[in-house]
Amino acid sequence: MSTETASSKTSNQSPSLDPAATAVSQESMSAEISDIQVGYQKSLAAGVKAETQPRLDFAPYRSSLLRHPTKNLHHVDPETIELYSPAFGERDVHTLESDLTIQHNGEPIGERIVVAGRVLDGDGRPVAGQLIEVWQANAAGRYIHKRDQHPAPIDPNFTGVGRAITGKNGEYSFTTIKPAPYPWKNHHNAWRPAHIHFSLFGTDFTQRMITQMYFPGDPLFSLDPIYQSITDAEARNRLVATYDHSITSHEWATGYNWDIVLTGSNRTWMEDEEGDH
Amino acid sequence: MTQAAHTSAPALKLAPTPGQTIGPFYGYALPYEKDNELVNQARPGSVRLHGNVTDGAGALIPDALLEIWQPDEEGNVVSKDGSLVRDGYTFTGWGRTAVDNAGHYTFTTLNPGATEAGKAPFIMLTVFARGLLNRLFTRIYLPEDTAALANDPLLSSLDAKSRASMIATREADGSLRFDVSLQGEDETVFLAYPRED
Ligand SMILES: [Fe+2]
Repeated sequence: MSTETASSKTSNQSPSLDPAATAVSQESMSAEISDIQVGYQKSLAAGVKAETQPRLDFAPYRSSLLRHPTKNLHHVDPETIELYSPAFGERDVHTLESDLTIQHNGEPIGERIVVAGRVLDGDGRPVAGQLIEVWQANAAGRYIHKRDQHPAPIDPNFTGVGRAITGKNGEYSFTTIKPAPYPWKNHHNAWRPAHIHFSLFGTDFTQRMITQMYFPGDPLFSLDPIYQSITDAEARNRLVATYDHSITSHEWATGYNWDIVLTGSNRTWMEDEEGDH
Repeated sequence: MTQAAHTSAPALKLAPTPGQTIGPFYGYALPYEKDNELVNQARPGSVRLHGNVTDGAGALIPDALLEIWQPDEEGNVVSKDGSLVRDGYTFTGWGRTAVDNAGHYTFTTLNPGATEAGKAPFIMLTVFARGLLNRLFTRIYLPEDTAALANDPLLSSLDAKSRASMIATREADGSLRFDVSLQGEDETVFLAYPRED
């Protein structure tokens, strides 16, 4: 078909695409993803508990094939060190590090946005005074990373790295540029939905996590093996920020809200249990 | 999951946000100066903790990021800032390192002490990698206190091979060696804690 001719022509012109790695079409990739989703829906219907995390074993994400454990995770009760987290503070992070648009001499190109929200634990308690780190592509979908060599421009005024320490109520706010989708080599003509990488700490080190925040309504969601590795639709949706006009500021930046919920702390209930004996 | 989570752990009130892979491009964002130097190499008692990270084909992984979190030599849990801007004197108990191009990692740290008398000392390890859709946790036990290791509830619940995989090797120069295998024959034991969902 004509579309096929057009797309293979594009890939021939692109210096960064490895033909062997891009042989699988989006169509067959989407079918693989859909088969897994159908299986998950059946297990839900049969009463299996809803999944909240990505599957580690998710073949459509090809890099996961040899990098997921094949044994079940071993359940363990946390011991002392596992009930605490490292401390971060003013010494570690400057307040200006949460503004990714002021790190160079000029203004970065793109849509200025503010992403703000709260970090909570699984009991709804704010996670205060903890480190958040973010990194992202620029408005053209390009990372400042030597392994990102796809033909999109680097912005000399945008690095795409930020840090913050959460406030008393677990609140955070980053000023940045809206990242663009970018191509990758998982399959032929594969594109990641636009996202910001987030790294988070809780009150217990067992709550440590790294994830990706997405933007509402991205047409690439259904095509993306990384996003779809979370088989549960409600769980996937927890990674999508909400446009929030109350965060938008007059003639300056549009605003998105994204609240992050970490897994449950084990310190309080384990201490209580010990107190009972 | 073969075993039930701790039965008395209360249910979560909010559904947790899912994790995602660290991806390939963390290298300009997460590493920082002295990230893997929990103590200065010149400090008496400093210990090299190192090893390889491999995949299911036994190949070394060049794009993994590891973090450790541990008590000090006396077994105290430290609560001091300064991990991101190391002053060379303060032990914060936490460190991070990206593996090198050959899939090898190194931390300079202290031997952790037992947090309670008779407990086997260990270091918590978190693994992130391109191709790994969510973080993995494990423990790096020190090999010396064999009585404490024999009494450790986690180690006691494992077969001999898995048990051995969680105990670091003490090398002739005092270094601790701990290899991480994400998949296969020598797969590392990875942990699940209560209240993850
Ligand atoms: Fe990314």
